[in-house]
Amino acid sequence: MKSQIKQTSSKEYTATKNACKLCAPLGASLVFKGIAGAVPLLHGSQGCSTYIRRYLISHYKEPIDIACSNFAEDTAIFGGGANLKIALQNIHRQYFPSLVGIATTCLSETIGDDVPMFIREYASSHPDESTAPLVHVSTPSYQGTHMQGFHNAVLATVKTIAVTGKFSNIGHVNIFPGMVSPADLRYLKEILIDFNLPFMMLPDYSRTLDGSLWPEYQLIPEGGTTVEMIRCSAGAAGSLEFGRILSREKQSAGKWLNETHQVDCHHLGLPIGIRETDRFFQALEVLSGRPTPEKYQEERGRLIDSYVDSHKHVMSAKVAVYGEEDLVVAMAAFFSEIGILPVICASGDRSGYLKEELARVFPDDVDQSIRVMDNADFVDIESTVQDAKPDLIVGNSKGYAMSRRLGIPMVRIGFPIHDRVDASRRLHLGYRGTQQLFDRIANKLIEYRQLSSTVGYTYM
Amino acid sequence: MADQNEKPEAIMELDGLDPEAVKADLLRVYPIKVARKRSKQIVVNDVGHCDEVPVISANARTIPGLIGQRGCCYAGCKGVVLGPTRDIVNITHGPIGCGFYSWLTRRNQTDPDASEDRHNFITYCFSTDMQEEEIIFGGERKLRKAIQEAYDNFKPKAIAVFATCPVGLIGDDIHSVCREMKGKLGINIFGFSCEGYKGVSQSAGHHIANNQIFKHVVGLDDTVQKGNYKVNLLGEYNIGGDAFEIDRIFEKCGISIVATYSGNSSIDAFANSHTADLNLIMCHRSINYVAEMMEKKYGLPWIKINFIGAEATAGSLRKIAKYFGDQKLIDRVEEVIAEEMPEVEKACKEIRPRTEGKKAMLFVGGSRAHHYQALFNELGMKVLSAGYEFAHRDDYEGRKVMSSIKVDADSRNIEELEVSADPNQYSPRKSSEELKKLEEQGVTFSDYEGMMPTMKNGTLIIDDISQFETDAMIEILKPDIFCAGIKEKYSVQKHGIPLKQLHSYDYGGPYAGFKGAVNFYKEIDRMVNSKVWGYMKAPWEKNPELTATYAWD
Repeated sequence: MKSQIKQTSSKEYTATKNACKLCAPLGASLVFKGIAGAVPLLHGSQGCSTYIRRYLISHYKEPIDIACSNFAEDTAIFGGGANLKIALQNIHRQYFPSLVGIATTCLSETIGDDVPMFIREYASSHPDESTAPLVHVSTPSYQGTHMQGFHNAVLATVKTIAVTGKFSNIGHVNIFPGMVSPADLRYLKEILIDFNLPFMMLPDYSRTLDGSLWPEYQLIPEGGTTVEMIRCSAGAAGSLEFGRILSREKQSAGKWLNETHQVDCHHLGLPIGIRETDRFFQALEVLSGRPTPEKYQEERGRLIDSYVDSHKHVMSAKVAVYGEEDLVVAMAAFFSEIGILPVICASGDRSGYLKEELARVFPDDVDQSIRVMDNADFVDIESTVQDAKPDLIVGNSKGYAMSRRLGIPMVRIGFPIHDRVDASRRLHLGYRGTQQLFDRIANKLIEYRQLSSTVGYTYM
Repeated sequence: MADQNEKPEAIMELDGLDPEAVKADLLRVYPIKVARKRSKQIVVNDVGHCDEVPVISANARTIPGLIGQRGCCYAGCKGVVLGPTRDIVNITHGPIGCGFYSWLTRRNQTDPDASEDRHNFITYCFSTDMQEEEIIFGGERKLRKAIQEAYDNFKPKAIAVFATCPVGLIGDDIHSVCREMKGKLGINIFGFSCEGYKGVSQSAGHHIANNQIFKHVVGLDDTVQKGNYKVNLLGEYNIGGDAFEIDRIFEKCGISIVATYSGNSSIDAFANSHTADLNLIMCHRSINYVAEMMEKKYGLPWIKINFIGAEATAGSLRKIAKYFGDQKLIDRVEEVIAEEMPEVEKACKEIRPRTEGKKAMLFVGGSRAHHYQALFNELGMKVLSAGYEFAHRDDYEGRKVMSSIKVDADSRNIEELEVSADPNQYSPRKSSEELKKLEEQGVTFSDYEGMMPTMKNGTLIIDDISQFETDAMIEILKPDIFCAGIKEKYSVQKHGIPLKQLHSYDYGGPYAGFKGAVNFYKEIDRMVNSKVWGYMKAPWEKNPELTATYAWD
């Protein structure tokens, strides 16, 4: 039977009620936190930096400093050039940054500030070597979501830094993982090291946003991709870029490096599930000229073994999944491997590619209907969930109210997770991440069945 | 009151250090102009004759690039003052970020069962989610539709609209849309021009919220509620259930609350609040405007009270009883205090030996940095340094300096409502002789002493502290506990110093009233006596002191 995929393309209502997306400068700030010694700077009202800091911090539970050019009412009228320059000067005096990532807000975008010109003026009036590279990314909240802010910041960083030449000839690869957890980033690095493959991963907030206590005071938390490595990205042997939706967009860091510097780009889905992870490891084998290390073959083996052993617990379960489009597509691919039906696939994004990418994931023999919702908010999602009555809700903390009201159990993935303590340590990617997802989902289903059983059972 | 120095020429001392040297250390990194400005906002406390304190610069713009903790005008208006009211549908007019970040992030608790209709919209986050086309062509149409939808979905009693940065710039007239929709739908609909770039902090938003609530809601319902000793509790936002604890104590005493601004509040109570006989102010910074206006228009006076700290709670109750002057209430209040205090004293006696002499710093809000010192005093702890995020000079130095505060351009842009006595609704609750007599008995009206006169000499008062200065203060003074918010929490704890969140209470509370005091003592005991910091260094790390303590070495 042909798969029957319904798309609810836009919200029924004009207003957004309980949004399933965040704003663009948040994504950009996160990218800059993954660059060693970098300070993110929001050009606009101080409220934006404060709100974004408090929100990111409630997820990562780590220090996150984001500077601001602190517009006042007259700045909004006369323009923010002077404020930006003062901010840059003060940041240099306090933090000695190795890079300043400047993301705009609605305020500076609406008044039409010419940030590239301000940066040129600042650079020419501060010709000394201590001035850090300044990366500018345009991130008004009225265009796109936090994901666009994230990807645009990665692209802007590569575009600004990689043009300065000084290519490496060590045959390293670039990896653009997208917005994944610090645990995911750590695991990706472990894999690349095990393949003996030198790499430049952008961003890498695995240490800056998931660090230990400080024996000594740190101006900027240690860790992150160095500016030097990002410079070398134009001379890499190849790039790996995650995200099926991202691969459909006109622009990305991987595409730009390919078009401008002829660096081959492997466009892959987020490696969740066996098949997408297999593709990732195949790409690594090609790039490194080495076979997949035994450790990962074993991980893969254990994962499939558990698929087999625990299939009875997950098969035919109906799931509602929501979040960033690329995460939803990757999760759907994984669900399709274990017999789970993602009856609702929802996102606050609206690239326009969600339905097509999900259709590629599901082979023709899927005989259940799947509701695909983009540009969705939680009020839309909840009414659809109420209608479809899935067994499980999978997504970020913002779905908890819905899960509680409808009495449907929930597994938390992605961002934001502010009602659990392990947001940074949650693994989603690769064989190991898939194993954790699989176990959590299977256990949650078992737990719920135990709870709702009239007799109660302990042994299976 | 602070200890008066016997010898005024004595050198100031801050935990064994020279506070002026500490201040110089904080300013060292800044360019001259920045250092000059900051040096006026960092003051060594020196309480002189008649509680005279040094001038501090406050409510001034944050210097770009100094990572501060302040929010914006919208945050103060929508997030702080109107956010906790459960039965107004709040619509954020703007792009998605602002609405999302102010969605249930302040832990205001509410009790929907307290209203007949059980309306509770706190859990919803409405936004017009402006897109580029609205930025270019205007967003009024979308706003109108959003209001209609909110009405169709929920049939609320009231809808409030909050403007974000782009709205003011593109010239959307939210007030005319609100008027139009109010006419059409027949419910109360009003707007707040609280664009994020207005003022210098969330303080501007508090003022705008006060103005609009006063203009559009207060005085609409003259029904006199049943009950004795009717008061409004202003500037209590029911974080962690603080207002519930105060309600409990008031009920025990027989004091009736007409309206709380705005913890656990309903718009009906605001509309009726002018019928109370006394306004009590908790957070002076965020709410004094509405108290001043109510006094002028309706004739009910206000007094400053504080329910943070058991002694402060008892003192505040006595003050209220004295105001009403009824012996029955005075006696009842004493009975309640006598009933409640033993449990507090028992907890304090048990915990205090473990907290005595420990050092605290507080950088929070516009009143909490002051109020919470009462609890630390009860635990025998020393406050080395304190400051506010968004307060004005009167919150530091006391209202006596208000006439000398220079109004700058940022404050002038925030509307001051012209208010006069209402020909029908004005009725002075006390005659001027009665007020004078009460003043003589120590019930001071329309007054707030401020934080600095209550602090020790030599302590460092820092307004709008930056993240950089926070880190430096910790390095220099090594306090045992630091009180601030979530933005500072994890950076302070990286240094091995616990941080108590006084915005969200670390998901605990209540800390107000008598039961709250006990909760706070226990929490501070847990934090300052935690063993976890001792595990920081591994035994194999080169540290002779530590390895020597292991028996097998």
